[in-house]
Amino acid sequence: MIHLNAILVLITISLGIGDGLKVGDQAMDFNLTNVDGNMVSLAGNQDANGYILIFTCNTCPYSVAYEDRIIALHEKYAPKGYPVVAVQPNDAKRSPGDSFERMQKRAKEKGFTFPYLMDETQEVTRTYGATNTPHVFVLDRKSNDKFIIEYIGAIDNNSRNAAAADKRYVETAIDNLIQGNSIETTKTKAIGCTIKWAS
Amino acid sequence: MHKSLPVFCCIALLFTCNVIISPAVRVVKFDALEHLMTRNTEKIEVINFWATWCKPCIKELPYFQDLQNQMADRVNITLISLDFVDVLNERVIPFVERRQLTPEVLLLDEIDYNSWIDKVDPSWSGAIPATLIINHQTGERKFHEGELKQGDIQNMVKELSN
Repeated sequence: MIHLNAILVLITISLGIGDGLKVGDQAMDFNLTNVDGNMVSLAGNQDANGYILIFTCNTCPYSVAYEDRIIALHEKYAPKGYPVVAVQPNDAKRSPGDSFERMQKRAKEKGFTFPYLMDETQEVTRTYGATNTPHVFVLDRKSNDKFIIEYIGAIDNNSRNAAAADKRYVETAIDNLIQGNSIETTKTKAIGCTIKWAS
Repeated sequence: MHKSLPVFCCIALLFTCNVIISPAVRVVKFDALEHLMTRNTEKIEVINFWATWCKPCIKELPYFQDLQNQMADRVNITLISLDFVDVLNERVIPFVERRQLTPEVLLLDEIDYNSWIDKVDPSWSGAIPATLIINHQTGERKFHEGELKQGDIQNMVKELSN
């Protein structure tokens, strides 16, 4: 059965079919290169109770608008067991500003203390079904290598002004996870930049 | 003749001013978009969501200008800018003037995106560009997320016109 599932996942990835993972689905683990050169996987961090997985990039104005909020999310929730893992989904040929070198530069400039990973083959992006940047998946750890997706969508409801946001979707979701409560809003949408797929 | 000359000049001046000022970009709320999606008109409604920072959006804008030039009698084209309202004067209006866009341009100032994206189309992720086409007479709609290629928009309009 495990083999069958693995084969199905592989088929899904290779054909690029399906609309991506949904809330309640098991999150796919990955092994991607961080800007510091190390490989990062979900299972690798034994201290994490879950993750704030964010598909984001250097070039999208919305991603840039949310950078400080992403840093703040990590500072607030990494000590509580839910660190940020950022994945850069765009093809560097189509979006040169999102190359690995430019990611390294941006991470240094902004002082990212969380992993900023390059999804070079775009398989992780495709499997999760991320459609625009920034796109957040909140993951909760059920066992050593099993993570369930608890929330998919936007960080909050005001991309222009963090202070004016009156719905902080990701914070609310994680606060509820920590307190053992159910999450009311599990899926939201936001205007964002398209993923730049390799042609 | 002499009396009518100043009047003529005034009218000419007004007309010139209109040409220079036009196209204005109106800042609207969701109700204006809702009106476009539900109004009763025989023309095919074409609504494109874009922003000045969005490269694929800018790339396809000429196709909407072409459609306007070819089929203005049969289609209503509205270009909905999702730029932040703070850059209206500094970016959006100069952009529209520089490109000499003649379809109506509205800036949708509704920052709580999750409250309205599904009302445009439940299949829309929120990524732009995105285009909605409506035949108000038959109630048929077509929604396209992502960049259009040349000729796509004409084909979509034709499909809905039959």
